[in-house]
Amino acid sequence: MENLIEVRHLKKYFKTGGGMLHAVDDVSFGIPRGATMGVVGESGCGKSTLGRTMIHLLESTDGQILFEGKDVTNISRSELHKFREKATIIFQDPYSSLDPRFTVEKIIREPLVISRKFSKGEIEEKVDELMEMVGIDPRLAMSYPHELDGGRRQRIGIARALALDPKFIVCDEPVSALDVSIQAQVLNLLQDLQKSRNLTYMFVTHNMSVVRHISDHICVMYLGQLVETAETEEVFEKPYHPYTKALLSAIPSSDIHKKMERIQMKGEINSPIDPKPGCRFATRCPFATADCQQPQGLTEVEKGHFVSCCRVKELNGLS
Amino acid sequence: MSENKNRFLSVEDLVVEYTSDGEVVHAVNGVSFHLEKGKTLGLVGETGAGKTTIAKAIMRILQEPPASIKGGKILLDGVDLLKLDKKEMYGIRGGKISMIFQDPMTSLNPVHKVGEQIAEVVRIHNPEMNKAQARQRAVEMLERVGIPAERYSEYPHQFSGGMKQRVVIAMALACNPELLLADEPTSALDVTIQAEVLAMIKKLRDEFDTAMIMITHDLGIVAQVCDDVAIVYAGEIVEYGTKEEIYTHRFHPYTAGLFGAIPQLDVRVERLSAIKGLPPDPTNLPEGCHFHPRCPYATEECKKGKIPFAQVRPGHFCRCVHPEEGRIM
Repeated sequence: MENLIEVRHLKKYFKTGGGMLHAVDDVSFGIPRGATMGVVGESGCGKSTLGRTMIHLLESTDGQILFEGKDVTNISRSELHKFREKATIIFQDPYSSLDPRFTVEKIIREPLVISRKFSKGEIEEKVDELMEMVGIDPRLAMSYPHELDGGRRQRIGIARALALDPKFIVCDEPVSALDVSIQAQVLNLLQDLQKSRNLTYMFVTHNMSVVRHISDHICVMYLGQLVETAETEEVFEKPYHPYTKALLSAIPSSDIHKKMERIQMKGEINSPIDPKPGCRFATRCPFATADCQQPQGLTEVEKGHFVSCCRVKELNGLS
Repeated sequence: MSENKNRFLSVEDLVVEYTSDGEVVHAVNGVSFHLEKGKTLGLVGETGAGKTTIAKAIMRILQEPPASIKGGKILLDGVDLLKLDKKEMYGIRGGKISMIFQDPMTSLNPVHKVGEQIAEVVRIHNPEMNKAQARQRAVEMLERVGIPAERYSEYPHQFSGGMKQRVVIAMALACNPELLLADEPTSALDVTIQAEVLAMIKKLRDEFDTAMIMITHDLGIVAQVCDDVAIVYAGEIVEYGTKEEIYTHRFHPYTAGLFGAIPQLDVRVERLSAIKGLPPDPTNLPEGCHFHPRCPYATEECKKGKIPFAQVRPGHFCRCVHPEEGRIM
């Protein structure tokens, strides 16, 4: 299927006192239209930075971003405005991402007003429509965010993101701050909206159960780099990269008869500041050899299943 | 509940309320359970269900007021903790009972060296020890949780989140507590660090034969760590049994809802079964079964009176007028 959004060798570095922090380092992948790409990894691996760089909330250091086949890496201000209508974001914390002085209705109206595409009447109509779509009672239109619970606030964040009929949404840990029963309601809403509006999601989270539930494809990140990507079931059933294996083995299984057989990682996490070439996981990898000091790249080990590890075939008995 | 002579901790009909602005928040409404040495009870439920309040009541660290313990007994080795005075509680807290909180920074003092914070606990509970001995014990505990002795003199901010939580665990276990209360000890940590911390808690628990209460809403953690499970809703235990019972036979609609709402790694579903509505307002709990406004199986009977906590299978209790196995929400 055709990719709605694609990144090629995308890099995002931050200048710090100690040197260059490689938050996203040479990442390439694409997301097919209408699909959900789950991006997983531990805190600090660059998954949120990746999402934000892809929609121009952060400017990329190097590499390319392609949206609907067009290069949108370096675009003018007016093009950026148009791009932002099509590519948007839902944030993790519905407590800090909504303006506390705005009413619910004003929060949802704001992007519609800024776009200057609609008449007053159309805007009112659209606000009502959006509130209904995300399941917010019209009586709450004049409420302020602090009067609402986390689930409702996240629904407002979703309504705001949907206001200009986007094609692509970065969902940055959208349910992590929510309680379990509310989390299910919001996940179901996101899935329904995806179906009815043919949305493409990039779902950034550290919760592996949520990601398995919602994603079609998965990218596993480690210290700014993509270490493994494939269809969701492939990654969970046949993880090939030693880091993916360790990560999956660390999740406590809800099957009471299954004992945890945790793959222990040794050593400390490398610094993302001016990292050495070569595999960044090597310092913690039980299988590291001298070859791992060489730069690694993603190779297709099975159809659609890419792994960045020079020993992948030998370790997994693949030919 | 089943007769057992080895009851180490026994909570009987605990009632806790908070008063704020003249309104009464019914946080814990008659909770009873018991725990043997070396066993772990999982308290599972949503935010605001009263799980943390139960733990804090046992630890006697509720802020009173606004909180007040309205009734019940908390028997630890036969002694009712609610009858002890402040001074007697000092001797028990940190010694016989310890607590681990979700956020390690709430339990660590940012301006003291981590080693000294552990040594302080040791000295309070072992007055016969001199400074050097307490330090020795603190170093041992640090090493036990995998922190090298050289880091004794570092400050909390020099540690990562997972390492800080290890310091807290070392502190909580420094006096070999007989009861450990763990309030979402790994929710703030990454999965690989979480796995390490859980493995450590399990190992130390088994070594010291500590009784433990694990507060969590992660069904994976419950499956891997707990022996018994209590499902808490609106300040009441709505279902209680061994882990094997609860994971294979669920009777309460809320328990069924909770299991259907949480994505589980080993259970694949197209769509999560969300529980409709919101948890009730604790200042104004619904009459009868507190879950009835959200329950698709509710009938007129559910809307009034006290719902009995009845045995549905041996050792398995459920607070529901129409308990039935294998419901889908």
